[in-house]
Amino acid sequence: MNYNWNWGVFFQETPEGGTFYWEILVSGLGWTLAVSVAAWLIAMIAGSVIGTIRTTENRWLNILGHSWVELFRNIPLLVQMFLWYFVIPEFVPPLKRWMVSTDPIYAQFISAVFCLGLFTSARIAEQVRAGIQSLPRGQRLASMALGLTPVQTYRHVLLPEAFRIIIPPLTSETMNLIKNSSIALTIGLAELTFRARELGEYTFNFFEAFTAATIVYIIISMSANRVMAKVEKKVAVPGLIAVGGK
Amino acid sequence: MGFDFSIITNALPYLWKGFLYTVELTAIASVGGLLFGTLLALARLSSIYPLQMAASAYVNLMRSIPLVLVIFWFFFLVPLILQSVTGAERPPQVGAERTAIITFIMFEAAYFCEIMRAGIQSIPRGQIWSAYALGLNYGQTMRLVILPQAFRNMIPVLLTQTIILFQDTSLVYVISATDFVGAAAKVAQRDSKLVEMYLFVAVVYFVLCFSLSYAVKHLQRKIAIIR
Repeated sequence: MNYNWNWGVFFQETPEGGTFYWEILVSGLGWTLAVSVAAWLIAMIAGSVIGTIRTTENRWLNILGHSWVELFRNIPLLVQMFLWYFVIPEFVPPLKRWMVSTDPIYAQFISAVFCLGLFTSARIAEQVRAGIQSLPRGQRLASMALGLTPVQTYRHVLLPEAFRIIIPPLTSETMNLIKNSSIALTIGLAELTFRARELGEYTFNFFEAFTAATIVYIIISMSANRVMAKVEKKVAVPGLIAVGGK
Repeated sequence: MGFDFSIITNALPYLWKGFLYTVELTAIASVGGLLFGTLLALARLSSIYPLQMAASAYVNLMRSIPLVLVIFWFFFLVPLILQSVTGAERPPQVGAERTAIITFIMFEAAYFCEIMRAGIQSIPRGQIWSAYALGLNYGQTMRLVILPQAFRNMIPVLLTQTIILFQDTSLVYVISATDFVGAAAKVAQRDSKLVEMYLFVAVVYFVLCFSLSYAVKHLQRKIAIIR
């Protein structure tokens, strides 16, 4: 293939001077992680609430939970990103004024965090619901027989068990979230993939830049996998097949 | 703020062209991805170690990096590969639309591979033994016995993945291909009518994906095999 590899490109100075190309990749990684962590918190909180209310007996709460999931699941993430960044501020004048007056990076960050957080919350809600529904019915009945209120039943019995069961799917949703954060580049957020492309455009060393980004993504997903595997082992529910060998 | 519907009706022919491309891309990528993905699944399950390693390395690589990055990779890689294959002096102009088709086939194959692998592994081992006992060779066993059953068991999952693919194709926006979202974005920016265009796109996707996934759920109940 006709391509001049130049791995030294990361140690060249950027046109603005004073910084090296590897530094802009690191700053991109910083934004990727910042967006992912903030969105993950929103996704976990909203996802747990929505997933839980879908298993309650209240019809209106069920409908609310179901609509939430369908709404965020059936619109492409890219379009949701545009809605959060371009459309919603038009309907909320104070938000629009803030977005125009502030540094665009904050507006991009906030939009990306809400977009990814709520998008992922719908997927986490489905896992939480599946986890709760996979528990034997006796767990709920026994809690009620012990005199626990519905809230106590969820708080002390159903949710702690469900979360321990659904760690593997939650891990893959977390990976998806980190990968999906790259879509924030469409609203101009300078995260890792954005920076890799920028490096390519400045230097024409596209493949070095993409290789670096690819390796970083692989490292992120492998380490997330390791951490979650450790957690999974630690909190495994004794007596289930998943625990194995005992 | 006034809501201007005429902007949508005026742009409909252009949006329709973009939409047709989205459908075409989804169709080609799902069929191509399924074919390549099935081959990958067979490779991952084969007893030939290097083949198994190569297939799982490919699948794991594709699944651990973001689709946007994959699209960028192929956008720059495909012309160079074609150049070295054809021996042309300059990299040929492939265009974003055709690059996207290659990209999505290669990317989706990794996901379809995992689905087909699960499908194949869900078939009782006795099926393979009986096929061999009947004198079928490996190719015949797979083609006539295992794959048809695996495919049938996995139809709902494959269709759900195709709906996800339909949504994911919108990401060709990043290489400026004119799919449905790309067309809408171009009109939106030209006429500065972002609110109308993006809301319209969102509604269209929602209605389509919602009804399709509902249909898949219905189908799933209908074809479920009673065991």
